[in-house]
Amino acid sequence: MIIKGRGIARGSATGALLVSDAPLSFLSGVDPESGVIIEEGHPLKGESIAGRIFAFPYGKGSTVGSYVIYALARNGKAPAAIINREAEPIIATGAIIAKIPMIDRLEAPLPALKGGTEVTVDADAGTVSWQE
Amino acid sequence: MFLESEEQQILNGEFGETRQQMMELLVGLGTVFGAERLVPIASAQVSGASYKTIGRWGLEWLQGLDARVAVPTVLNPIGMDRDRWREMGVPEEFAGKQEAVIDAYERLGIRLECTCTPYYLSNTHYGEHLAWAESSAVAYANSVIGARTNREGGPGALAAAIVGRTPYYGLHIFKNRQPSIGIAVDDPAAIKDAADYGALGYVAGKIVGNRIPLFSGIRPNRDHLKALGAAMAATGAVALYHVAGITPESRLPTFKAEVPETVEIRMAEVREVFSSIEVDAIAVGCPHLSPAEMETLAGLLEGKKVKKPFFVFAARGVIAGNRAAVERIERSGARVYADTCVVVSPALDRFDAIMVNSGKALAYVPTMCGAVARIGTMEECVAVATA
Repeated sequence: MIIKGRGIARGSATGALLVSDAPLSFLSGVDPESGVIIEEGHPLKGESIAGRIFAFPYGKGSTVGSYVIYALARNGKAPAAIINREAEPIIATGAIIAKIPMIDRLEAPLPALKGGTEVTVDADAGTVSWQE
Repeated sequence: MFLESEEQQILNGEFGETRQQMMELLVGLGTVFGAERLVPIASAQVSGASYKTIGRWGLEWLQGLDARVAVPTVLNPIGMDRDRWREMGVPEEFAGKQEAVIDAYERLGIRLECTCTPYYLSNTHYGEHLAWAESSAVAYANSVIGARTNREGGPGALAAAIVGRTPYYGLHIFKNRQPSIGIAVDDPAAIKDAADYGALGYVAGKIVGNRIPLFSGIRPNRDHLKALGAAMAATGAVALYHVAGITPESRLPTFKAEVPETVEIRMAEVREVFSSIEVDAIAVGCPHLSPAEMETLAGLLEGKKVKKPFFVFAARGVIAGNRAAVERIERSGARVYADTCVVVSPALDRFDAIMVNSGKALAYVPTMCGAVARIGTMEECVAVATA
């Protein structure tokens, strides 16, 4: 199965999908040492985004969040790729300086895949794909 | 997004890894904002200069970059005066890290002016495209000068500085620069001092949000406009405003003065912003003082001694060009510092209540310094300091 989208930060990666319905502030929302979501009240609080294909609607909060994404990459705890509903400058900047493939505006919503399903984001081709 | 052949080569990595990543950033941001192409810029002003904001990881990212800026570029204010930080009471550990950030920027060819008023240091012209980050400087460049810049984030402004281009969208495009809300004042003659304009901007910014206001009836000079725009950029997200008959674009035949709604601000609301609380320090120069404001302050302090700490902030180049006024100010016991300001310096954290003559500082002092803020005119600031 393949869904088209819009490439924001180049590259491709495969990993287990993690989907959040809530926007996220990386500054004070994610621990840069562990990759664990620490934002109070976030539905995925306690989950690690490290190595995952992390899908969430859009970023919020401080622009310093871009550097937190970079810190995650330097610590080896960054998501393997990012899927946003609508990219905004904080996440886009963070993904590009941290060299994390990123895509947004998927032409169809991601179906309810089983937790941990392996998906591939190819931001150069602008696609998200997985085995049925 | 359309790229010219040289831009495509940069993106392909033919001019090095840093320029490639900077071009990726411009293309990525251009895609997010719906830009069709890039536009050459005349200058850049980069934020993310304080160690307090970018932290260890921001510093590491900067240190890894290997390129030189393509256009004249300055920085936003940092946490301390580069020469007089000890006297300001800035801790040694912070100073060391701040120096490392400055060094990283200097290596990229950025001029070590850390100021929110770059327009006092080099000529910025009507119609020029810029990539500036500091909100009050963006408001001044767009509104008072008629140059064109969006409010850039730190990495976006740096990428524009290194590539010499920025995505062409938003306020770079003339049709997006027309007013969308009118602001009238019931007693415009009562708005006289820069502090009045700061207080008006403080009130107006909350009403305007991210729209483009058109003021009518008021007659501000350039220092007044600076105060008005800085306050609106702090309490709202105003990056461009017009004042009928005063700001350059309001005088163009293509200017569309008809706005869907006009809001009247009453002087009573503006006066409510002023208070008479006790303060333990005074700070002026938010945004950094102009040469004219420096001269006015020197005159007001002549022959007087300040009895409370009195901080004055200005661009290094403006201080260097106005030594006589600076000496007259410092003879009173007031201190004139470069590179930093009331909002970003940790040196002002030790005070409980700070008097300012700026609507922008009034908005930021409570959260950034953990102090109560009081606004007054420059005369009132001097009177309180010397009483």
